[in-house]
Amino acid sequence: MKRILQTLTLATALISVVATTAKAEEPKKGGTLVVAIQQTPRHLNPAVQSGTATGAPGAQLFAAPLRYDEDWTPQPYLAESWKLSDDGLSMTLNLVKNATFHDGKPITSEDVAFSVDVIKANHPFKTMFAPVTNVETPDAHTAILKLSQPHPALMLAMSSQLMPIIPKHVYGDGQDPKAHPQNSENVVGSGPFKLVEFKRDQHIILERYDGFFMKDRPYLDKISMRIIKDASARTIGLENGELHMVAFENNVRNINRLKKSANLTATPDGYAAIGPVDWLAFNTKVGKTADVKVRQAIAYAVDKNFILKAIMLGAAQQANGPIHPGSPLNDEASLKAYDLDVDKANALLDEAGYAKGADGMRFPLTIDYGWPAVKPQVEYVKAALKKIGIDVTVRASADFPTWAKRVGGHDFDMTWDTVFNWGDPVIGVHRTYQSSNIKKGVIWSNTQQYENSRVDELLEQAGKESDPAKRKALYAEFQKIVAEELPVYWTNTLPYHTIYNNKVGNAPKGIWATSSPMDRVYLK
Amino acid sequence: MKILLPIAQRCLYAALLLVAVIVLNFSMLHLAPGDVADTISQSMGGADAETMERIRQDYGLDQPFLTQLGSYVAKVLTFDLGYSFFYNQPVTTLIFERLPATLLLVITAQLLALVIGVLLGVFSARNPNGIISHFVTLIALFGYAAPVFWTGILLLIAFSLHIPLFPVAGMATATLEGGFLVKALDVLWHLVLPVVTLSTIFFALYSRLCRAAMMEVLGSDYVRTAKAKGLTDRQVVMKHALKNALSPVVTLAGLQFSAVVSGAVLVETVFGWPGLGSLALQSIIARDTPTILGILFFSALVVIVGNLLTDLVLRMIDPRVGSKG
Repeated sequence: MKRILQTLTLATALISVVATTAKAEEPKKGGTLVVAIQQTPRHLNPAVQSGTATGAPGAQLFAAPLRYDEDWTPQPYLAESWKLSDDGLSMTLNLVKNATFHDGKPITSEDVAFSVDVIKANHPFKTMFAPVTNVETPDAHTAILKLSQPHPALMLAMSSQLMPIIPKHVYGDGQDPKAHPQNSENVVGSGPFKLVEFKRDQHIILERYDGFFMKDRPYLDKISMRIIKDASARTIGLENGELHMVAFENNVRNINRLKKSANLTATPDGYAAIGPVDWLAFNTKVGKTADVKVRQAIAYAVDKNFILKAIMLGAAQQANGPIHPGSPLNDEASLKAYDLDVDKANALLDEAGYAKGADGMRFPLTIDYGWPAVKPQVEYVKAALKKIGIDVTVRASADFPTWAKRVGGHDFDMTWDTVFNWGDPVIGVHRTYQSSNIKKGVIWSNTQQYENSRVDELLEQAGKESDPAKRKALYAEFQKIVAEELPVYWTNTLPYHTIYNNKVGNAPKGIWATSSPMDRVYLK
Repeated sequence: MKILLPIAQRCLYAALLLVAVIVLNFSMLHLAPGDVADTISQSMGGADAETMERIRQDYGLDQPFLTQLGSYVAKVLTFDLGYSFFYNQPVTTLIFERLPATLLLVITAQLLALVIGVLLGVFSARNPNGIISHFVTLIALFGYAAPVFWTGILLLIAFSLHIPLFPVAGMATATLEGGFLVKALDVLWHLVLPVVTLSTIFFALYSRLCRAAMMEVLGSDYVRTAKAKGLTDRQVVMKHALKNALSPVVTLAGLQFSAVVSGAVLVETVFGWPGLGSLALQSIIARDTPTILGILFFSALVVIVGNLLTDLVLRMIDPRVGSKG
């Protein structure tokens, strides 16, 4: 009897699995997806404007050679296949033959070459295409990217929002591509959706491009991106059903509230490539924090668990190193968590020669922050360091540029900061640790002024190592060194979540979240 | 002629004041550390030194302060407010795109508050110790004391979430198809909650002021005379008393013109209303100097013209204003 029951349960389970798979395989066509975005983008051309605000509409309007799935595996998109030469110095892209721009003109290798030129000249992430010397176009559907050195970061740089293919016959008319009038209106894109209307601070309306090269895609008729800056309004909109989806939500109270709703799903998946990491940065050149023992003592005294539980309310992930924990290149074994240990912290400070004074204090430090959301972290650091005799003064900044001026000008002891990985470490990680990137006045350069020749060497090698296993080993050694020397003390990832109504099928959970094509998204 | 001379004089003052406003605003913004290159780099997730230098060159931020100031003032005098750093659009276009939304919101809220405020003010003045009078006072004080963003969110929770009557944000349903009437009704539907929220502050001011003025007037000799003449209560209140009691209310309403920018910022942010207030906030956050200066210039203009108009209206209501002796 028991056995029969077991078989029966198994059978039902199997049937239900089959049933749900079958259901998931039949996306419904049509409908308007209503998404809320938090900011008005400067314009809609991701070739000359990076960032998540332009990324979400940009990835719908423009297609890239590649796209990535949820497991960091590249998938064909505008390029139906690609091949890296054995010496790693030329990347051949075979473009799909039937792809057209929204004005009906075919997408050719000329456009790929043009797009690379525009991105190279104007995109702020110079490292993405720096080794690309030129793009050869032997025929209309073959583009060969020639490289001066092997460049493994190229794969991620060719995906989604980082390498939009823009039409040469529109943006190559001699006007400055950064200020081109067709960046905001009459956009001629290459992606699954075309622009209907962009009204600043109101909405971006996108409509299915019927000539899209992938059969039956996109499933949706329209996407209405409503620009709603107020987090409470977004929350209420999701709850009352006015909004189908909100991405890049990082207000932990609202996330936790929405998690409880039966009609909604809240997922942290999809942010590993964008890779936002929160950290406490140190001035490693000037002042007490130049001493590595002081930095380690501070790390032992600042409890990550407190930040994760009390400030992030359990919605963020712990981060112990420079590479986002969701990235395949993150090597947890090389890292150190610095679990709370006040005795060890005190011992390290004694060792460093900073004895406690009569009042129990050792020395003063300042801590900066640039935006109101991280004030709790900063106040907590002040309280935590008092216990080991460091008297911390919190320096508030009126706004972002004020903070950027201070930190970029190296006028700080410690600051709270959030920096994004942007896919490959070459794009978003190297900049913080390479001594060649100590650039006064530039925020999110190596503002810690951290210098270690071995780190420089490792990063340079990892940047051009084509063998994935060797590359991972180089990054592992790099992670081990910086985890020991702590130019910054990583605490957690930003609690980004995508929250969507259960009516939404195939919600964008790939590594670029909504900054990836939503051609497979549908409404049940 | 008697009325024209003071107006010409005031126009001259107004022009001088405007120039002072431009120079002062420009200098103050220049004092703030950092610039738009930082915020553009923020919006892009970081930029290298070369890109930031190019942004500064493109926008003339590498020029000396006096050169920048000089070219800005010269441009404004030809009514050219320049280009927005952040959006690469002419500032005038940006402002005039947003103006209708703010005017609709602020004027509707003002009118609503004015009509209800005056009516309830008159009513409670006639019965200062009645229960309704106390109730009006209570509501007015509450409306005045409660921060508008809080009132706004409470209204949203009540009437968008629990009783889903109104939309959460925006000015129109983006994908709505239909004729003018359908679209107008849609805007009205979106307008309800922001207008109610915004009018709570104005309502408090008008009802309290009208109540006080009315009570004073109702106790005066000429009202007693009018009553003694045998006029009806209605005639006494509406014709004799209200006209005099309105004068401070009109002055105040005129001063509230400045709310075209200031008062609406919070309400516009909470309800995602695409007006000047949200543009002002956005451009301050982005350090978009030409847009901030443009909005400040524009609001200075509105306040000055508003005061001029208030003056004229007051002269019409009360001939004693402006006449000497």
